Amino acid sequence: MANDREPGDLERRRRDLEAALAARRPEESSEEGTKTRNAGGYGNALRLSSEFIAGIVVGAALGWFIDRMAGTSPWGLIVFLLLGFGAGILNVLRSAGLVAEFGSRAPGRGDIDPREKK
Amino acid sequence: MANDPIHQFQISKLIPIEIGGLDFSFTNSSAFMVAVVAAAGAFLYLTTSSRGLVPSRMQSISEMSYEFVASMLRDAAGSHGMRFFPFVFSLFMFVLVANLFGLFPYFFTVTSHIIVTFALALLVIGTVIVYGFWKHGLGFLKLFVPEGVPAVLVPLVVAIEVVSFLSRPISLSVRLFANMLAGHITLKVFAGFVTSLSAFGLAGAAGAVLPLAMTVALTGLEFLVAFLQAYVFAVLTCMYINDAIHPSH
Repeated sequence: MANDREPGDLERRRRDLEAALAARRPEESSEEGTKTRNAGGYGNALRLSSEFIAGIVVGAALGWFIDRMAGTSPWGLIVFLLLGFGAGILNVLRSAGLVAEFGSRAPGRGDIDPREKK
Repeated sequence: MANDPIHQFQISKLIPIEIGGLDFSFTNSSAFMVAVVAAAGAFLYLTTSSRGLVPSRMQSISEMSYEFVASMLRDAAGSHGMRFFPFVFSLFMFVLVANLFGLFPYFFTVTSHIIVTFALALLVIGTVIVYGFWKHGLGFLKLFVPEGVPAVLVPLVVAIEVVSFLSRPISLSVRLFANMLAGHITLKVFAGFVTSLSAFGLAGAAGAVLPLAMTVALTGLEFLVAFLQAYVFAVLTCMYINDAIHPSH
């Protein structure tokens, strides 16, 4: 019985295997997520601080550049440093998974976006 | 000099080349980049060349790295994102192998220089911007306008979103570079304690066991960081590519 399989039987088994693999995929990825989260407390700290600093640095650089181009010193630097501060906070909240991602809907009704960024 | 923790990051010219006043020298950094690409390419090519249906150990390492990156990209960017698979996989393998190469004694760590990681991050963000505009035209700019924001606040929110977007390559590159730099300096400093303590006779040598144990532990941590940073770099690349493919959900 095991030896004389129809070609259709093989097709069916392949489909079953694919379905089983597809069912396993999300499990595996969530397992991966918890593993990296446990290991990455130190990585998390570095990540959040680098996000925040990057926002401020880019804001200051943009402001300085605009001032040089347009001769509006020091207003560009002041305004863009503040914007950069805002962007830094936004980056941190975003990578902590507390704010919606780029381009998606703002979390309405006061709820927190459950999707988490890794 | 033997105890200088920064010395390991010095660039030295192996073959000085100068074209039109610009320095194109082949440095030790370039040599290690070539070595990284050659090692990663040779590993993937040689391990998969037998094409065993039942993979050997080495072949299953290659297949696992493929599956790992493929599922990461599919989760983040959907099946449309799979056209970027060669790009993401090359980046992941380059960063991973460069990080791991850096853990060999006397080897140069390519990713501990910010110019290298920044160039990689610019490549990522350049791809995102070019593909986003090519695919969606000006619709790509919707990325910067979250829905449901009051009209009065839109200019402010857009300005903040733009700065936040521009800060991505910086944070992407600084994270990788800072992790590698800090890790290698820490390792070197603790290893240096071992030699300088053991110069103080028997008591010093007994005390040197502590930094030695620390160095062993840190080496393990560095292996973790090497994998983790390559993973983080690839995951964030996937998420940025997702923004380019779907600027508004």
